[in-house]
Amino acid sequence: MAIDMELEAVLRPPVIEMQPYPPKVITLANGKKLVIRQATREDVPALLKAVHPCMFITRDYYDIVASRVYAELLGWYRYRVRNEYCLMGQVDGYVVGVVNGRLVDEKVGMSYHTLAIDRGLRIGSHLFAAKMEYHIEYLKQDSVLIVAESPIGFRRWMIEYGLEPTDIQHELGGPDSYRLTKELYYDSMSRLVVGDRPVPQELMDEAQEEILIVSEDSILEKIAGLKGR
Amino acid sequence: MRDVAIIGVGMIPFGRRDEDGLMDMLAYASLKALDDAGLGAAGGAVRGSGKEPVGIEAVYVGNMGGGILQHQTAVASSLVDRINLLPAAAETVENGPASGGSAVKNGILAVASGYYDYVLVVGGEKMRDVTGWRATDFVATMTHPQVEYVYGLTLPGMAGMFTRLYMEKYGVTRDMLVAVALKNQEMGALNPYAHVEMALSREGIVDSPHSVVNNPTVADPLHLYDACPVSDGAAAIVLCPLDRVKDAKKPPVVIAGFGQATDTHTLQEREDPTDLKAVTLAAQQAFEMAKLTPADIHVAELHDAFTILEIAESEHIGFFKKGEGGKAVLAGKTCFGGSLPINVSGGLKARGHPVGATGVAQVVELVFQLRHELPKNRQVKNAENGFSINFGGFGNNVLSFVLRRVRQ
Repeated sequence: MAIDMELEAVLRPPVIEMQPYPPKVITLANGKKLVIRQATREDVPALLKAVHPCMFITRDYYDIVASRVYAELLGWYRYRVRNEYCLMGQVDGYVVGVVNGRLVDEKVGMSYHTLAIDRGLRIGSHLFAAKMEYHIEYLKQDSVLIVAESPIGFRRWMIEYGLEPTDIQHELGGPDSYRLTKELYYDSMSRLVVGDRPVPQELMDEAQEEILIVSEDSILEKIAGLKGR
Repeated sequence: MRDVAIIGVGMIPFGRRDEDGLMDMLAYASLKALDDAGLGAAGGAVRGSGKEPVGIEAVYVGNMGGGILQHQTAVASSLVDRINLLPAAAETVENGPASGGSAVKNGILAVASGYYDYVLVVGGEKMRDVTGWRATDFVATMTHPQVEYVYGLTLPGMAGMFTRLYMEKYGVTRDMLVAVALKNQEMGALNPYAHVEMALSREGIVDSPHSVVNNPTVADPLHLYDACPVSDGAAAIVLCPLDRVKDAKKPPVVIAGFGQATDTHTLQEREDPTDLKAVTLAAQQAFEMAKLTPADIHVAELHDAFTILEIAESEHIGFFKKGEGGKAVLAGKTCFGGSLPINVSGGLKARGHPVGATGVAQVVELVFQLRHELPKNRQVKNAENGFSINFGGFGNNVLSFVLRRVRQ
């Protein structure tokens, strides 16, 4: 696709420079190592492939969450979203989840989505925690605005973190935002935010060498619960 | 009383079955059991009609929550119509989480008494129609309404308090509870019917500091992986008098003994809340009837809704002395390949606990074992006698079964 760079300069939003998210590794309940690291724009095509099958799974609102994640990642890839970032989780090189968000300004963050592609191991919880960690500890923000599109999200974010309701409209539409403040984050940190740094080199090499994507059948089995049918 | 044989079994994979309703699941499990018994085309029959080929004369369905969760009652009546077993007699049996076991017992009595010859027993529950909170609340309806439920007591809460007491009195340790969880999840990973087909690692749920998220405290001292999942599922068996078993393609399994006992509704009223008297009494009855002792059992399915229950039940049944059940788990005695494998299916911990289905599913698993038809990595070698316990309330209504492979 030909790109008119003169016009692009108008279409592309300005950006706030973001400190990188330092990768970390988490031992999951099954003993596997979950590497959470920041995605680059170059990673987006692979991530879109991983997200795509989830767009057609109605269970737990995966369809709406995955469709929006797909659009948000594409928007970031094509320079149409301001100050967006994406973190991804990998196990044995395979993408098992993605989270994304953006900076509204220097002090306020906006959480977009959390999508666990492998389920039953609290991968979504670990990824959401990493996202909050990024906003509060590394980007030094004061607060993050959050909404949930599924009951699971509501339970995991609003209840587990004790988020405070606001009357601020979230960019995703829907209800008013909830807010994670610095204080709430540090209150919850000991029970919800874990991970080791630095990530051992062999695990980083494995994660960075190639972003692997499990088969669509496997995604359907893990998310849509099609085991044994 | 006539000897009663199990001539057919059926089960569907437990888990979250969004696409199936309660009646769908009961029907699938029933049809599988009827096919397994060679009665797939039998249809229903009036008692004593002498119909040839034989028909199912009575159907017992164990179900605890249809009325609450699906707003549907009289599921047995619906089932006989659904799977074309009219005009067979039909009854729904509600007895809390022991509903499945109670349905099995009623089926046994019906055949043993000589009143019916061919009986279908089904257990099923559809718990994932609602959120986890509502499912927990539904299960808590078995607690005492005035002195427990109104104060917010849930089954995990009750199990937590029971565990703390049991730890203090009998020296059960967290390591012992973890060993039960690891063992049952490892076996569940091999069971295609299991809700959670995933082995756990000790590092991931205990040793690593990351376990605080992976395996959070649910009801101190119990953690997430000390509890069974909330599941959908169904299981079924077909019973007939042993002397009617002719040309069986699969080795018949006989109900050698069964027992049932109750205890106080609330734990607080028990002289010693760690004493599961109903378990002891139900097991004693079953062993007495079977003319066997705990030492004669080769494989057992216990009601491990919480890891502590597998240990406590194993002691109250008489498999181990009080205070020795946890040590036996640590020593590997109860693992696959141990001297008494317990919950080779993965138990409620991994197979799942659709409450009305559990008592029947335990019997189905034992039949698989006693027929010697499981894959090598799950088949207990030369298993001849099996035992199960279905634990209702918090031990206030307990059923036990001793099953024996019939030597042909």
